[in-house]
Amino acid sequence: MTAATQFSPNGAYGPLRRKEDARFIRGRGTFVDDIQLPGMLHGAILRSPLAHARITGIDTLAAEAHPKVRAVITGKTLEELQLAWMPTLSQDVQAVLATDKVRFQGQEVAFVVAEDRYAARVALELIDVTYEPLPPVVDARRALDPGAPLIRDDIAGQADNRIFDWEAGDRARTEEVFAAADVVLAQDMLYPRVHPAPLETCGTVADMDTISGKLTVWSTSQAPHAHRTMYALVTGLAEHKIRVISPDIGGGFGNKVGIYPGYICAVVGSMITGKPVKWMEDRSENLMSTSFARDYHMRGEIAATRDGRILGLRVRVLADHGAFNGAAQPTKFPAGFFGVFTGSYNLQTAHCEVTGVYTNKAPGGVAYSCSFRVTEAVYLVERMVDVLARELGTDPAELRMQNLLQPAQFPYTSVTGWEYDSGDYPRALRLALDIAGYPELRREQAEQRKGAGLAGEDAGQPGEDAGHPGTLMGIGVSFFTEAVGAGPRAHMDILGLGMADGADLRVYPTGKAVLAISVQTQGQGHETTFAQIVAAELGISPDDVDVVHGDTDRTPFGLGTYGSRSTPVSGAAAAVVARKVRERARIVAATMLEAAPDDLEWADGRWQVRGDPGQGKSIAEIAMAAHSGLELPDGVEGHLDAATVYNPPNLTYPFGAYICVVDVDPGTGKVNVRRFIAVDDCGVRINPMIVEGQVHGGLADGLGMALMQVIAFDSDGNCLGGSFMDYLLPTSMECPSWELGTTVTPSPHHPIGAKGVGESATVGSPPAVVNAVVDALAPFGVRHADMPLTPAVVWRAIQGRPLRNDLATT
Amino acid sequence: MQVTISVNDREYMAEVEPRLLLIHFLRDQLGLTGSHWGCDTSNCGACVVWLDETPVKSCTVLTAMADGHRVRTVEGLERGGELDPVQQGFTECHGLQCGFCTPGMMMTARWLIDNNPDPSAAEIREALSGQICRCTGYENIVRSIRWAAEHEAAERARLDGEDADSVPEAAG
Repeated sequence: MTAATQFSPNGAYGPLRRKEDARFIRGRGTFVDDIQLPGMLHGAILRSPLAHARITGIDTLAAEAHPKVRAVITGKTLEELQLAWMPTLSQDVQAVLATDKVRFQGQEVAFVVAEDRYAARVALELIDVTYEPLPPVVDARRALDPGAPLIRDDIAGQADNRIFDWEAGDRARTEEVFAAADVVLAQDMLYPRVHPAPLETCGTVADMDTISGKLTVWSTSQAPHAHRTMYALVTGLAEHKIRVISPDIGGGFGNKVGIYPGYICAVVGSMITGKPVKWMEDRSENLMSTSFARDYHMRGEIAATRDGRILGLRVRVLADHGAFNGAAQPTKFPAGFFGVFTGSYNLQTAHCEVTGVYTNKAPGGVAYSCSFRVTEAVYLVERMVDVLARELGTDPAELRMQNLLQPAQFPYTSVTGWEYDSGDYPRALRLALDIAGYPELRREQAEQRKGAGLAGEDAGQPGEDAGHPGTLMGIGVSFFTEAVGAGPRAHMDILGLGMADGADLRVYPTGKAVLAISVQTQGQGHETTFAQIVAAELGISPDDVDVVHGDTDRTPFGLGTYGSRSTPVSGAAAAVVARKVRERARIVAATMLEAAPDDLEWADGRWQVRGDPGQGKSIAEIAMAAHSGLELPDGVEGHLDAATVYNPPNLTYPFGAYICVVDVDPGTGKVNVRRFIAVDDCGVRINPMIVEGQVHGGLADGLGMALMQVIAFDSDGNCLGGSFMDYLLPTSMECPSWELGTTVTPSPHHPIGAKGVGESATVGSPPAVVNAVVDALAPFGVRHADMPLTPAVVWRAIQGRPLRNDLATT
Repeated sequence: MQVTISVNDREYMAEVEPRLLLIHFLRDQLGLTGSHWGCDTSNCGACVVWLDETPVKSCTVLTAMADGHRVRTVEGLERGGELDPVQQGFTECHGLQCGFCTPGMMMTARWLIDNNPDPSAAEIREALSGQICRCTGYENIVRSIRWAAEHEAAERARLDGEDADSVPEAAG
């Protein structure tokens, strides 16, 4: 029995082909840049060439004189409207257009509105800004030095570049355990700055109707309702006079959670000109100014017994948040969910401290399929476990198996206070090892090393004696526990908005249904999956359910899609609202069948009289009756429509076991990923085809981060990753044919037992790749090397320079 | 300047600025928004269309350079209401998620199968190597293109069979 049939009510779950494909394969999707409105104007942003400088003058006269220019907006214009600064998602403020000084290269300085996109770009060249350069803070490790330049002199009372200090776990107990442990190991590591780089950049079309006072914004938004509230708070417009439409979104990965200055500028542009204004950033703007991710400098320490029992973890993190703290994460979690850094292991104690700092780099901090920093947490613990395995001379898979949490421990409360809902970790790891043929791989590796004269540890540099060793085979294992589906509203909010999501379900007289949801697909296939959820609950075909999303005038409030929360939160809402409809249908069916509601049972997709299956009514029959003149019991309303708001009782905790096999060319440092095995357990799979597609994409992302992607800076703060020529993304040539496996451990608290999966592979795969490369380099004494493991980095690691000690620059 | 360009078998005459990129001409002037713009540097391939018989990145082709030539875009894949096998393959094998890279991927896939009716997975990967997908990890795109190639081969075999069957009748 497959997982899909085992858990699928009425057979509605399964690898259904996607509804949304019909428009995309014909080139008929509607992305923001496809929107054309009558009289629409085009905006473009002038950006700072410097990382840190005082603005001493802006001359816009020549730009304003351009025949196609309709408006030039500067920080001064916005100051008059009290719009020069906007709130970030982390209780900070960010300059919409710089008024006093610029704080990162690429910061927004002026906005031109013109008749076409080419003219807008030309006019930017006509604006003359004079700057007085200031010394920049580029390396986060220098940000708190005495005398470091103060970046945020706009904040009253801010004396240095510190944003926050945050800690979790038990410091004293951890110190005790570490002091008594047989083995204590430390490792510095950097999770470098990367960018999600969805293929569609960010943009907006703002249309202010000056007569009705209604503002309509078509926007690349993963969270249209939250954006509407933000626009209301920023602009002072009444919230019911704002409509945010997220049409088709060309990938998000966290990049489209926040509001960017360009959106506000387009709104102001439309207010000033009375015309719709489109602003689409180009690729360099996207990479240089919108939400980056990671940039965590971490020191991990692990304590264990000599026989391989992990006792504790201790972590110190320096978090680079850029020039404005724009991290998108729940308010009480300044380091996101980094607190789950104890991972999948049965340890006694842990403690971490995180310090966030400002630097002269683009703001952001949480983006790129990271589940609010679970990515960094998993990388930390999975690297530390491998460091321990190396020290103890134990196989890394065995060491994990020895320390994994056991099924009987669930629900499990971690030593840092997270309640893992369900899991069978050893089963997932065993399956991954089986798919990989792990013992055979290790045998092959041993043979290869023996043949190359590299059999012993620390064999030293490859020399003439060893001859050309050919490629070096490496095998990397990682095990991850994710924490997704934020979240319980008592603990989790963004800007004071609790993280619950609504769902409305209408069932028409002929039994066809329309589900309206608050979350927003960026490629995840919500129109298909959510139809399957409703279809399963109502015993109808997914073809008979349409899903409405991405339009705040047509959908209930909710916080949107990120942190793998769509299925855990909104998917639950869809199931709950369908069950409400079904319960109403029960009463109507009872009236139709002249039976008591309690005498009916839901079976085979319809309400039928218990013990008399011939007497029953389908949802379509009931829906027609519910809209008819049928007399219903007192207090029972007609029709079947229902609404709900789902407040998740807990996060869901998907998990998985990954194995990566690489071949490294020691002469060039080039890494080839030969195989990648991924076993994911995300609970019940509604559409396994879509789940596997999500895992494939995440694996490619993880491979890219591990081997290729980095947003680096030179010592002046110039961004060195500002185009796809410099910021290298994996192509079909770098990615292997992924090998997937599935286990299903339902979530006990989710209505249909599902967990989120969108980010699992992005979280779990980087440590598998890095562990594999480090394993390949073990004969040279390499214990760690920082991502991205480009040929140059790997080659340096082989030469005995594993750590990036020039973090600001590549 | 004035250009005459055949796009999806329809001739367009237009007055354009010499600097106008083909991608913007197609999208903004003709309203053919299926081809997308994704980078400034010819790396991503979201804008791939055919210029005559060759896939090109239309973000690096001036409209003027297409004057007198034929352009084929994703909107021209479907013929007479029939989806191209490549389009069918992408939906059958879940070869797309957000759909942004999909038109460019399909235009390259169509060209590949036209020139190599039975491409191996490695040949497909090489053909796509100048294009980026951020959602699928490529595996399902490879499968989609294999699906299309195999279905076209089966269809050819079927038609050949019909032809073979019909020969004796014609001769008789």
